[in-house]
Amino acid sequence: MIQLENITKSYEAGGNSMQVLKGIDLNIKSGELVSIMGSSGSGKSTLLNILGMLDNYDGGSYTLDGKLIKDLSEKKAAIYRSQFLGFVFQSFNLINFKTAWENVSLPLYYQKVPRSKRKELALQRLEEVGLLDWAEHLPSEMSGGQKQRVAIARALIADPKVILADEPTGALDSVTSMEVLDLLKKVNASGKTVIIVTHENEIAAETERIIRLKDGRIISV
Amino acid sequence: MDKDVLKEILSVLVQNPMRTILSMIGVAWGIFMLVIMMAASSGLENGVKSDIGNRAVNSGGVWSMMTSIPYKGFKKGRRFGMDMDDIQFLEENIQEIDVISPRCQAGGWQGGNNASYDNNTGSFNIYGETPGLVKIQPMNITQGRFINAADIKEERKVCSIGKKVFTTLFVKGENPIGKYIQINNVNVQVIGVIASMKEGDDSAEENESIFMPITAFQRTFNYGKTIGWFSVKSVDGYPISKLQEEIKAKLKIRKSVHPADQRAFGSWNMEEELADVNTLFASLKFISFSVGILALFAGIIGIGNIMLVSVTERTKEIGIRRALGAAPSVIIKQIISETLLITIVAGLLGIFFGVLVVELLNNALAGMGDSGSFRNPTVSFNVVFGSFLILIVAGVFTGLLPAYSAVRVKPIDALRKE
Repeated sequence: MIQLENITKSYEAGGNSMQVLKGIDLNIKSGELVSIMGSSGSGKSTLLNILGMLDNYDGGSYTLDGKLIKDLSEKKAAIYRSQFLGFVFQSFNLINFKTAWENVSLPLYYQKVPRSKRKELALQRLEEVGLLDWAEHLPSEMSGGQKQRVAIARALIADPKVILADEPTGALDSVTSMEVLDLLKKVNASGKTVIIVTHENEIAAETERIIRLKDGRIISV
Repeated sequence: MDKDVLKEILSVLVQNPMRTILSMIGVAWGIFMLVIMMAASSGLENGVKSDIGNRAVNSGGVWSMMTSIPYKGFKKGRRFGMDMDDIQFLEENIQEIDVISPRCQAGGWQGGNNASYDNNTGSFNIYGETPGLVKIQPMNITQGRFINAADIKEERKVCSIGKKVFTTLFVKGENPIGKYIQINNVNVQVIGVIASMKEGDDSAEENESIFMPITAFQRTFNYGKTIGWFSVKSVDGYPISKLQEEIKAKLKIRKSVHPADQRAFGSWNMEEELADVNTLFASLKFISFSVGILALFAGIIGIGNIMLVSVTERTKEIGIRRALGAAPSVIIKQIISETLLITIVAGLLGIFFGVLVVELLNNALAGMGDSGSFRNPTVSFNVVFGSFLILIVAGVFTGLLPAYSAVRVKPIDALRKE
């Protein structure tokens, strides 16, 4: 599903060039549940952003589902994102003036799905994450765990091939963390590739494969 | 724009209702000012133009003055009058004359009392006229009649009096027709009362006048055949200024005046008068429109400002939208649509209140009767529609800057922002 070959990436900071990724080779198969671990500054967030087409890389190649993802225009990137990827963020990133179902359905809005159809699909997803009763609530009325479940429902709405979760449990207590993780495992069981970036060992231990990053290189797969 | 998109835009705009409303007030105020100012200048124009009355546009007057060039043995500075024969000559020799009306005047401005009836006296303009006058300078005949051809032919000592003359000399409700008034101690029978169709000072002048048949006037006051000046109207479609030049040329030959003498005759005509008034009001309108449009732009710039602040605040929201598959063009469209919606709604509100105020003013003025030099303020549909178009175009351009600044931030940076 995902092939990375010798990915490099550096940032300009205060006149100095800082190499964040120093040649990443990685292969993730379809349907895998993978975690990416590393301390802060290891380059794990940068790697996730490149995987999510939110950031460009300098060298190497990234192939997603057989398509080379390189130097995409913003427009192309937006199309690929909506086709292939679902995002789950640490800070949930829900739009606070939209209700749960509206947040869930937002990706479909940009795919020009009519409103009634959007709502139908969004309610279906909310039911899957156990939040059907909360469909008309605003994010501010929900707990962290609920918000993250809404975010997962949103990530799933457009039926993507890969779910990218950036510290999905970072803002949650341990009990809710496990609930969210269980949900992600369920998503994985339904056939989707799930990549979780985390720094918590308990979370990583629940995944099928742990990719450890240090100083911009993979130290174990 | 479909309903779905509109809903999305509205959902954003209602997030900060106070800010949206305040920025709308700027634009609404601008277009409101534009409407009010255009209406005010049109009200002034209507007022001034009605002062002129419905005097025939292709009419004017000609009078003789002093020669300024010696000619055919005459010294310069010669005064030469005009008389009834000259009028007849012109009438017979220039086809383009529709109506020509010789006129004489006695008394009038700051003169002493010259007319009386019973124990009432007053100081009025005494005119010698022909029936042709009312074709050039229409007047309402409220009682009786104006001078007719028989009056002229028989040199009848009769007169039509202005409405002010009637109220001064007669008691209210008295029928003046057939009564004799004294003009410079000569008995003259009243045959009619007229009311001016002009406004302001011009109407007062007409209402304080007494009109006698010119032949009777000349005989009564020992003018012989001499006339003071004449009013003239050209046939339809023939410019009055051109006719006046022809008349002057013919009279110069007849009166042995040097053909190049510019000061021998004086003249005025409605054409030039109206041209002056029209130029004045064209510039007034231009100024009003410019000021209004500038006020409007100030409002639009305000909206641009607000939108810029708004997209900066919404960096994260926009980042989320882009991470979820919104292409930059979609975001740009959304921001421009938001700007446009605010401007259009604000513009419509401004137009609505502007027109409302103009209508209220109109009603108030109508209730007041004579409103002087201000009447019937209106804004043309074209002006309103035109400024609305300008508003829409400006709204799109104003939206561009915030829209591009919204997509300049990469989604990844936008998402990181807390």
